[in-house]
Amino acid sequence: MGTAIEVKGLRKSFKGTEVLKSVDFEVKRGQIFTLLGSNGAGKTTIVKILTTLLKQDGGTAAVNGFDVASKPDQVRKSISLTGQFAAVDEILTGRENLIMIAKLRHLANPRQVADSLLMRFGLTDAADRKPSTYSGGMRRRLDIALSLVGNPPIIFLDEPTTGLDPEARIEVWKIVQELANGGTTIFLTTQYLEEAEQLADRIAILHEGRIIAGGTLEELKKLFPPAEVEYVEKQPTLEEIFLAIVGTKGEK
Amino acid sequence: MESTKNYFFSDMGVMLGRSMRHVFRSMDTIITVCITPIAMMLLFVYVFGGAIQTDTDNYVNYLLPGILLIAIASGIAYTAYRLFMDKQRGIIERFHSMPISRSTVLWGHVLTSIVSNAISLVVIILVALIMGFRSSAGVMSWLAVAGILILFTLALTWIAALAGLSAKTVEGASAFSYPLIFLPFISSAFVPTDSMPTVVRVFAENQPVTPIVEALRALLAGQPVGHDIWVALAWCLGIWIVAYLFAMRAFKR
Ligand SMILES: Nc1ncnc2c1ncn2[C@@H]1O[C@H](COP(=O)(O)OP(=O)(O)OP(=O)(O)O)[C@@H](O)[C@H]1O
Ligand SMILES: [Mg+2]
Repeated sequence: MGTAIEVKGLRKSFKGTEVLKSVDFEVKRGQIFTLLGSNGAGKTTIVKILTTLLKQDGGTAAVNGFDVASKPDQVRKSISLTGQFAAVDEILTGRENLIMIAKLRHLANPRQVADSLLMRFGLTDAADRKPSTYSGGMRRRLDIALSLVGNPPIIFLDEPTTGLDPEARIEVWKIVQELANGGTTIFLTTQYLEEAEQLADRIAILHEGRIIAGGTLEELKKLFPPAEVEYVEKQPTLEEIFLAIVGTKGEK
Repeated sequence: MESTKNYFFSDMGVMLGRSMRHVFRSMDTIITVCITPIAMMLLFVYVFGGAIQTDTDNYVNYLLPGILLIAIASGIAYTAYRLFMDKQRGIIERFHSMPISRSTVLWGHVLTSIVSNAISLVVIILVALIMGFRSSAGVMSWLAVAGILILFTLALTWIAALAGLSAKTVEGASAFSYPLIFLPFISSAFVPTDSMPTVVRVFAENQPVTPIVEALRALLAGQPVGHDIWVALAWCLGIWIVAYLFAMRAFKR
């Protein structure tokens, strides 16, 4: 298993405020790596540096073996980004969006690529409508579909489920899981502990400019003292109730 | 690196196709750009025209160059708007994280500006013909007219690019065009400058619109253009280069 992403001593400040003080982590090929952090922790900043949108102040970062600062073109060939806010063209239809990206990735048959992705993401019926008529979940699916055009080996997803309802969130989780099963390396950020639990092979917690804890879920659990056993009736969470009711609709 | 270079033109073609779709799917961008100058032309010809003293007996001929420049100045505001929206919606970030030459995004918008402005100008010229515009210009003169108009569009489009890239709000992205639209009014576009008070006249005769208007007018009338055309070209090129450098700097950030 090779290394897909390697980050060492990464630093970044914005106008005097130090957002990243010294960030280190490593992502192995084929893993789902989750970066967990609260609002303003610097998750997006890390994603932007790794996707060549932003230059770091110090430290090094390599993606697919290429240094992000000195070999940005090689990095861009290896990745795709689904940013925190859906980056779809609002005036083109869903299908045209996909065809456009397929052309920009210089694929031989943009239309076929678009059709198969529309099918895979359950967007065939909405293919010829503008994204402004889509629901939040559909938009996000289109956004992720755009990132899969050309099958890049490493995919960045910046808070892919923020703002989605539980059902749509689970759909995104399924997509992510399928991608990982297909061998794609996934770098995911989230604010939700639960999402990290669900998906991640490895989790890193970003806090005050550093990775304060990292490892598998099991390893992280060991870091905390074992919970005291208490006998209380377990209350289902709102999410579980919601899903129990809605889930009976079956597969779509 | 080579591969991004090789694909430069095909990528730019994709970008052009994208933003031309934006233009054609919101027809108001073309209609608004045509309507205002046409209304102005009607107003000046049929309302004020009788009171305005020019050397020509055909006021539409006199007016048209200035009207065309006003149309361009209002047309490029949409380029700023479209660029601003791309930046806001994060689609530029998607493009920038892809293996395509970065400047294709900008050039796509610039080409779109030229094509959509050209469409508006043709419409306006057709209306002018109905209103009595006549030209004795030959093919070469028309080519020169087209060349100056394209160069002027390019120069203003890069100002628009700069505005779109550095604006913080939608309003800010298009507000810059108001002074540009206003500039032809303080030039020889509507009335000869010698009727103006000295201070205004000095300004009018030394700002870019006057030589451009004079050069266009002479070309369209099939008359010798004199040195106006060189001053016009110098202004256009100068504005273009300065705006290009600043826009590129804003883009790279
Ligand atoms: N371009 C910028 N200029 C100035 N400050 C910035 C800039 N980008 C980010 N910051 C600041 O850096 C900090 C980290 O931002 P970042 O977007 O990386 O956080 P995040 O973890 O992605 O947060 P969220 O969960 O809200 O998306 C924030 O305090 C933010 O205000
Ligand atoms: Mg963020």
